Amino acid sequence: MIRKAFENEIQQLKDEILILGSMVEQATLDAVEALKKRDIAWSERIIANDKKINQKRFDLEGRVMVLIATQQPMARDLRVIASILEVISELERMGDYAKGIGVINIRMGDQPLLKPLIDIPRMAAKGTDMLHRALTAFVNEDARAARDIPAEDDEVDMLYEQVYRELMTYVMADASTIERANYLLWASHNLERLADRVTNICERTVFVVTGEYKESRPTFDELGEGKPDT
Amino acid sequence: MENENTQFAIETRALSIYYGPFEAVKDVNLQIEKQKITAIIGPSGCGKSTLLRAFNRMNDFVPTSRVNGEILLHGTNLYSKDIDPVEVRRRIGMVFQKPNPFPKSIYENISWGARINGYKGSMDELVEQSLRAAALWDEVKDKLKQSAYALSGGQQQRLCIARTIAIQPEIILMDEPASALDPISTLRIEELMQDLKQNYTIIIVTHNMQQAARVSDYTAMMMLYEDTRSGTVIEYDATNVIFTRPSDKRTEDYVTGRFG
Repeated sequence: MIRKAFENEIQQLKDEILILGSMVEQATLDAVEALKKRDIAWSERIIANDKKINQKRFDLEGRVMVLIATQQPMARDLRVIASILEVISELERMGDYAKGIGVINIRMGDQPLLKPLIDIPRMAAKGTDMLHRALTAFVNEDARAARDIPAEDDEVDMLYEQVYRELMTYVMADASTIERANYLLWASHNLERLADRVTNICERTVFVVTGEYKESRPTFDELGEGKPDT
Repeated sequence: MENENTQFAIETRALSIYYGPFEAVKDVNLQIEKQKITAIIGPSGCGKSTLLRAFNRMNDFVPTSRVNGEILLHGTNLYSKDIDPVEVRRRIGMVFQKPNPFPKSIYENISWGARINGYKGSMDELVEQSLRAAALWDEVKDKLKQSAYALSGGQQQRLCIARTIAIQPEIILMDEPASALDPISTLRIEELMQDLKQNYTIIIVTHNMQQAARVSDYTAMMMLYEDTRSGTVIEYDATNVIFTRPSDKRTEDYVTGRFG
């Protein structure tokens, strides 16, 4: 007996996850680009768009609930279903980070950027690339790919530290830059968190395949070098 | 049978069960925990009921059946020559798929087995205790003299459980005890099982995997050998492991509904 209806629905949910993921990727890249260009109207659109991400997450959650109620998934099916719930909530939070960068841009008002953005767009590019591959691994249930991705989080963490140190030199030279430095630090912290959440998606993928929860590696915050979690 | 204290309620060693030349169940090694509910699951015809019935020697009624290996109750093999099968069935009771009360009053359904087993105490007390333990007392206390057939299917099944309890067994075997019942009666039986495991060890055969997942502490998964068509236990583990991360691919396929 093959559970066709069930497997079709799982496949559709996975397709929807890829769509939700691409919405988050685009929102993240756009948010940084809007900040770089100081385009307030663009940031407002990104913030408004976050509602669509939230709505899609709830729609998918509803479909998962129906699947649980009607199909009583077990074993690997159950792990997939439970992980889908986790992954869509991670994506929704990542969407909030993009929205948060939009809010920063608006709050900065007519103040110029403290410095031209170089590393922050790099963080966004790296983080969204990791996210893209992590979601591909998730829908393909590819544990090997999922195990490899978290190591790349180091790169994002290093960029974050670099941004932090650089901003501190501005602040030390001129304390009046502290507010503008803080805006950029906040934006880069959001991107650092995004990459951490990519790691969570990879752990879920490994769980789907093996049935085991395995923390892939300590996060930046857990190493005690970062700012408190937000 | 001595009351030797062992860790397990019942244990099988290299157990094989034959009907004539056909080996229906092959090489089963199970250790059933005391005061837990153990479910036996698996596709139709894989030997679940045959294995269950071996635990209280019900297969003895099938003339060609025989057993190799051992089933140990407190360290004593139930199939030793000096063991009385009637005594085995007193200590290991059984509840069947379809409720099978005697065509007698509710009261006599309980008292009959106890009396022939030489019960000397107050019969009224025993009847009340047993019906209470089976969560049936409140529904029948005013009509104990009525025929058991006047009860609903779910009530009849609880009466059969009360009848089993009245003989004070150590182990209760249940062969699809709720498959003929409606969903509410099924849930009542399942709740009752949770109460009963405070005092008894329960082994249940069920086709309903959600039921196995809901009620049992341990689950044994049975399958047929492709070549010999003999059934055996392929995986035995805590129920939450079997239903969330089974180690055998065939268990995975069965519990996810991909075959069977």
